[in-house]
Amino acid sequence: MTVSKITRRRVLAGGVAAGLAVPAKVLAQAPAAETVTPALLEAAKKEGRVVWYAAMDLPVSQNVAKRFEAKYPGISVRIERTGSERQFQRLAQEYSSKIYAADIINASDAAHFVAWKRNGWLAPYVPEDVAKFFPREHRDADGLFASSRIYVVSLCYNTSMVKPEDAPKGFMDLLHPKWLNRLVKAHPSYSGTIMTSTYQVARDLGWDYFEKLAKQKVMQVQSSVDPPNKVALGERAAMADGNDFNVILHKEAGRPVEIVYPVEGAPLIVCPNAVLKAASNPNAARLFQSFLFSQDGQQALCDFAAQHSAHPQVKPKPGRPVLKNIKVMKDDPVAVEAQAVEIKARYQKIFGV
Amino acid sequence: MTIALPAESAVRRRTFKIDFSLPVLIAFAAVLCVLIVLPMSWLAYYSVVDKAGQFTLENFATLVTEPEFRGPMLTTLILATSASIFCALAAAPMGWLVARTDLPFAKAVRALVTASFVTPPFLGAIAWELLAAPNSGLLNKLYRHLTGAEMGDHIFNIYSMTGLIFVVSCYTFPYIFVLIANALDRIPGDLEDASSMLGGRTWTTARRITIPLALPALLAGMLIAFLQAMTLFGSPAILALPAGFHTMTTKIWSLFQFPPKPELAAAASLPLLVLTVMLLRTQQMILGRKGYSVVGGKTGDPRLIRLGIWKWPAVAFVFAVLMLPVFLPYFALINAALSPIATTLVTPENATLKNVWFTFGLSSTKIALQNTFILGALTATLGTLMALVIGYISVRRAVVGHQALGFLATAPIAIPGIVLGVGLFLTYTQPPFVLYGTLWILLLAYLTIELPAAYQQLSSAYKAVGNDLEDASRILGATRLQALRHITAPLLRTSVIATWCFIFVATVRELSAAIILFTSDTRSCRS
Repeated sequence: MTVSKITRRRVLAGGVAAGLAVPAKVLAQAPAAETVTPALLEAAKKEGRVVWYAAMDLPVSQNVAKRFEAKYPGISVRIERTGSERQFQRLAQEYSSKIYAADIINASDAAHFVAWKRNGWLAPYVPEDVAKFFPREHRDADGLFASSRIYVVSLCYNTSMVKPEDAPKGFMDLLHPKWLNRLVKAHPSYSGTIMTSTYQVARDLGWDYFEKLAKQKVMQVQSSVDPPNKVALGERAAMADGNDFNVILHKEAGRPVEIVYPVEGAPLIVCPNAVLKAASNPNAARLFQSFLFSQDGQQALCDFAAQHSAHPQVKPKPGRPVLKNIKVMKDDPVAVEAQAVEIKARYQKIFGV
Repeated sequence: MTIALPAESAVRRRTFKIDFSLPVLIAFAAVLCVLIVLPMSWLAYYSVVDKAGQFTLENFATLVTEPEFRGPMLTTLILATSASIFCALAAAPMGWLVARTDLPFAKAVRALVTASFVTPPFLGAIAWELLAAPNSGLLNKLYRHLTGAEMGDHIFNIYSMTGLIFVVSCYTFPYIFVLIANALDRIPGDLEDASSMLGGRTWTTARRITIPLALPALLAGMLIAFLQAMTLFGSPAILALPAGFHTMTTKIWSLFQFPPKPELAAAASLPLLVLTVMLLRTQQMILGRKGYSVVGGKTGDPRLIRLGIWKWPAVAFVFAVLMLPVFLPYFALINAALSPIATTLVTPENATLKNVWFTFGLSSTKIALQNTFILGALTATLGTLMALVIGYISVRRAVVGHQALGFLATAPIAIPGIVLGVGLFLTYTQPPFVLYGTLWILLLAYLTIELPAAYQQLSSAYKAVGNDLEDASRILGATRLQALRHITAPLLRTSVIATWCFIFVATVRELSAAIILFTSDTRSCRS
């Protein structure tokens, strides 16, 4: 036990020095899985509350919280929802002011976990299901975080405004003059999803693509939830980026939208969740982390929010897209972390806001 | 006899009592300094240092040389200038019609202008999104329905500079209207009568008498409208960002994205502050000259001009103007709240309360509502208390330096909201007062914003009470604080209650803004 601890510390120190996520080969040293013990439950109940900083859009995070509160009566979940990039700034600001309000944290920009891990802000905690079932690319080697949900950025169009044969097939199609004034997209300085996808698209298609896209007079909204909403409302004919799951939910609710997975590949969004080391409610935080990564928790999240789970026993709802059938771009949190400031500055220069 | 008894006991007790007046006064001065001087000093400090804390003018240089700042500055100037002109064009005739003519429904018109006055501007912006977004806006849908125009054709595009100027004007024109209407109410009818007796026709009277007398109020109103339009944040955030441009306020806001640039934000805030102070001084000078209009004494009621056949066109004009800030937006908001899709007309078949229940069912909404009421009550109580003491000190000239207190209490009028926000952020994210992320910082913000109005209300109440009674009490041996408690405070009860309510309502309205902004996220998800 002591040996493994020393090794972990040394590995962590190495990780800090290199400034990179620790490669998967030290997986063996990750902290042991922890089950929900009666002692943990008792201590969590005593705390009575847990504060979740979540970049998940409110209906989804609210649903997760409600189910947690139903399973563990007496522990209330307080959600502080904002876009990942805003949340990143907020947490940094709070920590520099020595405010430790957050217990657990979720972001749609996986790069933030690279930074938080380097800062030493995350607590090692491996829920039972993560240790047993999660593939290694979806859990941190040091047991600091794991992927709570997976989805992609897609295109979509309003079926009452665009005929199927006129619909875009991929990103490059959006540069056609017919899309002038008809597109909507979200902002990488607010949304972690769009930060991640901007990196992947710029890497694979070049910044050139964004420069041409800006000439289409794109409507610029903030959250990656907004573009699907604007298309469903009929305010814009198509979206240049946004969450695929919101499009699926709109379509299931009978609104005139159709999803398009771009031929170039859909940017892959992986959202980790972690317990913070300075949590004021450390036990409730761990209980929540266990709940979120349990098979039931993951299944319910995917069913409600039309997203994908890294948990192999979670079954996709019939009729919904299956992740392995979607051509995706490769995600790279370490590169996003290194280039984030530059990406934001370049984006603002191109799009004006 | 009955008066002598408590006086005697007061004299007897006096030997055991220390007069706490001076320490109390010093304490309040200190609180005011923390509230106002501290944030503004940090603002000034940050604007002239670099990241390492070294003195530099680099921040201001960036401000004038970088296109990313020059653009928003120009935009803001255009926005504020055009908004104040449009407001004047709508508000001046309306004010004249309401105050000087026999316009039907004049009282109702004043009430409706007040309704647009109390509408938070960002709420108006959201409503106008629902009405005039180029594709989904109700008005554009109506246009396409009536003309059979193609999908994508529109007559209004709210996400544009014109759209922004329009919406800002809608919620700024009451400032001019109120000033004009009040000024015209006060112009004595005698002067106009004299003019017409001397043979001046209606138009000559208007040109030579009424307009010159009302002009200072119009200019003052336009300056206030300019200031409002310049410092608004909500409407540009909702309408300018989707269109891909910044105003100064949204630009300052964007400087707090990661990695934050507080130095630049401070430097960008200072011009707004300086301009506000200058314009307010100018406005005071203009209004100060109005003295010649009212010569004093009781004058005749203003003479109402008969509109004759112009009566109904005038009513139509006034209500057409009021459609824009009041009727249409509130219709759109109610429709959105009850309709399954925000921009579809609600019918008895599709009406739903789902949106309403969803918003109020959120635990975050409940917490926000609870916080709102706690904050509103706290701000009102503390604000009234401070205004009570500061008003007393400056009206009664209780200590040397009382002018400074009065000045400090009115100073926040000249601090635009976004500038105060930047100042508070710089101040309370570092020692000695780390309040960032707590309710206290909101309390401080609202206390600072509401203090001038509270101070003005209560100091005029003090002036009305007069100090004879208080002096009598002090001659009979009461300390200043005892006199305040037993004599002045009971006499001021009504004013105090009115001030408390005023601050409470103002704070809750501002905060409800925050809630609705917060849940608009959820509203749009479900709609």
